[in-house]
Amino acid sequence: MENETGALSRVAGLFSARGYNIESLTVAPTEDPSLSRMTVVTSGSEEIIEQITKQLNKLIDVVKLVNLSEDEHIEREMALIKVKAVGEAREEYKRLADIFNGRIIDVTEASYTIELTDSGDKIVEFIAAINADQIIEIVRSGVSGIARGEKSLHA
Amino acid sequence: MELTGAEILVRSLKEEGVKHLFGYPGGAVLHIYDALYQQEDIKHVLVRHEQAATHAADGYARSTGKAGVALVTSGPGATNAVTGIATAFMDSIPMVVITGQVFTNMIGNDAFQEVDSIGITRPCVKHNFLVKDVADLAETIKKAFYIATTGRPGPVVIDLPKDVTAAKAEFNYPKEISMRSYSPVVEGHMGQIKRAVTMMLSAQRPIFYTGGGVVLGRGAAELTELVQQLNYPVTNTLMGLGAYPATDKQFLGMLGMHGTYEANMTMHHCDVLIAIGARFDDRVTGNIEKFCPHAKIIHVDIDPSSISKNVKVDVPIVGSVTNVLQEMIAMLKEGDKKPDEQALGEWWKQITEWRGADCLKYDTESGKVKPQQVVEALYRETNGDAYVTSDVGQHQMWAAQYYKFDKPYRWINSGGLGTMGFGLPAAMGVQFAHPDATVACVTGEGSIQMCIQELSTCLQYGLPIKIVALNNRYLGMVRQWQEFFYDGRYAMSYMDALPDFVKLAESYGHVGMRIDNPADVDGAMEEAMKLKDRLVFMDFVTDSEENVYPMIPAGAGLNEMILV
Ligand SMILES: Cc1cc2nc3c(=O)[nH]c(=O)nc-3n(C[C@H](O)[C@H](O)[C@H](O)COP(=O)(O)OP(=O)(O)OC[C@H]3O[C@@H](n4cnc5c(N)ncnc54)[C@H](O)[C@@H]3O)c2cc1C
Ligand SMILES: Cc1ncc(C[n+]2csc(CCOP(=O)(O)OP(=O)(O)O)c2C)c(N)n1
Ligand SMILES: [Mg+2]
Repeated sequence: MENETGALSRVAGLFSARGYNIESLTVAPTEDPSLSRMTVVTSGSEEIIEQITKQLNKLIDVVKLVNLSEDEHIEREMALIKVKAVGEAREEYKRLADIFNGRIIDVTEASYTIELTDSGDKIVEFIAAINADQIIEIVRSGVSGIARGEKSLHA
Repeated sequence: MELTGAEILVRSLKEEGVKHLFGYPGGAVLHIYDALYQQEDIKHVLVRHEQAATHAADGYARSTGKAGVALVTSGPGATNAVTGIATAFMDSIPMVVITGQVFTNMIGNDAFQEVDSIGITRPCVKHNFLVKDVADLAETIKKAFYIATTGRPGPVVIDLPKDVTAAKAEFNYPKEISMRSYSPVVEGHMGQIKRAVTMMLSAQRPIFYTGGGVVLGRGAAELTELVQQLNYPVTNTLMGLGAYPATDKQFLGMLGMHGTYEANMTMHHCDVLIAIGARFDDRVTGNIEKFCPHAKIIHVDIDPSSISKNVKVDVPIVGSVTNVLQEMIAMLKEGDKKPDEQALGEWWKQITEWRGADCLKYDTESGKVKPQQVVEALYRETNGDAYVTSDVGQHQMWAAQYYKFDKPYRWINSGGLGTMGFGLPAAMGVQFAHPDATVACVTGEGSIQMCIQELSTCLQYGLPIKIVALNNRYLGMVRQWQEFFYDGRYAMSYMDALPDFVKLAESYGHVGMRIDNPADVDGAMEEAMKLKDRLVFMDFVTDSEENVYPMIPAGAGLNEMILV
């Protein structure tokens, strides 16, 4: 969409005004600085998704819209997970981070911060593998998506 | 040569062919008023409340098809305009509203008379712009008019900080504009149009259901041609009245909650429904579960999001009415398949039977002034050729039912938002657009008080509007619902302490009349119409208990009307 002030609030406003779900929303400028790209994760019946698509297309700031889930695509989300890490747990979290291809990016005597970049599902799995009372804080970026293969939003 | 932002605005409006600007001054727009003062091409109309500025611009647009323009100051000026903007938005009316704004460097500081106009209007505009650099101003205005008037029309707000109106830039008004993110589809898909034509011809019990889109898209002539080519029945929504001549024998009247028996029954029993520029509003469909149970549905609309929103359709066609209807007409002429004459004959026979219910008949012997009678008198006295605006309530429905509109752009009312207070200021806009035409405002004693201050504007500009007040001493539409669904508990629907409207009109410098005898209705109407250059306020003291029939109660289907 056009990289204009207000474009984001038009999208957010549309979702709240029409009562659609937003599970996550990410937005940042693209290789063309006059455009920004937004990935919205939402859910609903086929009819609702059709309406969401049509309503978003109607926004003047939206240049192009694709429903990535209609085709093969890649989703990525980053999570930063801060856990209590003392004693045996320190080894255990290291192993767990390895299995999930995560990285420990900050360490103190009593805590680790683990970075994990993967699909939303994998992140949920990782979080589920940690004992809830060991979690200090979690930050998730929301999902960014892109089509597989040579296809792009431009063509 | 460099011009100030204010001068650029005025010059740009001229470039857009704007002749009238409805507005109200204030601090943030003083530079603009100064620029307006120094020219003569654009006439500024000073209203008495910003809501009226937007309704007047809206009435101007509805009666001409061109964008109406309003100008208001920041803060309270902008918030007062919001009702009018939302009214235009719900009915897809092209309008450009310029709101003043505080200095760019003060935005966000809770400055004097600051509101976030962009934020407040965002959900009720087609688009809005905050102009921060005077160099962008001309192009923004071009875009605003382009967006407001193309595709599915709608209001566009331009928020203009005061410093931008003082800053200078070269003035170059763009001739053309194209936007990568906005290009409405006009031409319908030929394959889909062909499918639609085949389906239309295969119908045994067809009906055209047409709406405001035919008026907005200037498709009335094409619609009439197509409908007559096929000899199919046709019904209009409240917003579509005039898109097909109401006095023609193929016209069944309005459909929906207060539609005619024949229109609703024909809808309910049809096997092919041809919807054109109509949006399946809940006032039209009644209970969706029970809507047109036997029908295959064709839907032509310029806005894809109108299609299959409430009712799933079989043949969707995205495109402008004019374009699509022309293609359909041509295809029918070229092809050799004709409608099934025998089935159609049966269908018309059935429809004639439904018509026999005479659902719009009313008691003419009661000794009281009947609101229906007043609208019929208005129709006769104006030869069916007036511009009629209305407010919202029972009187609006009676105007829609009993004034037979043969032409588009003549019926001006707030359907989607249902804004009381719309009628009088809208009539002002219409009268400015058509100075020699008869403009009547059908209103209620409740609604008229919501913008009564505009009687002053009407005097200042010599607007000879004929106000037809159906004064039932009730918020009648509310009272009707309370009678039907709340056991007659009339909570807050009695209009107590009414002013003497005759004196009120006179104190504003107009002519007032009170009519409380049914025998005087015709004479009064005739007399009022003779006062060609005066505003006449006709206060008809009508039967306070009269109800609007037919009526489809909530949850019912189109075949489950309450008749008299
Ligand atoms: C008290 C009250 C009672 C009411 N009762 C009734 C009633 O009994 N019956 C009734 O019908 N209404 C009634 N209404 C009005 C109702 O609320 C809706 O406003 C109305 O039904 C909508 O009309 P429409 O479907 O023609 O759509 P509009 O709001 O006129 O929308 C026009 C449609 O046409 C499309 N369009 C625009 N331009 C073009 C183009 N160039 N080409 C193709 N498509 C185009 C638009 O995208 C849109 O989908 C009532 C309102 C009030 C206030
Ligand atoms: C601004 C606004 N407020 C409230 C309503 C709700 N409403 C719809 S019709 C109506 C009654 C209108 O009364 P009146 O103008 O006297 O018309 P009548 O129904 O009596 O003909 C009301 C209050 C509305 N449509 N608009
Ligand atoms: Mg009333």
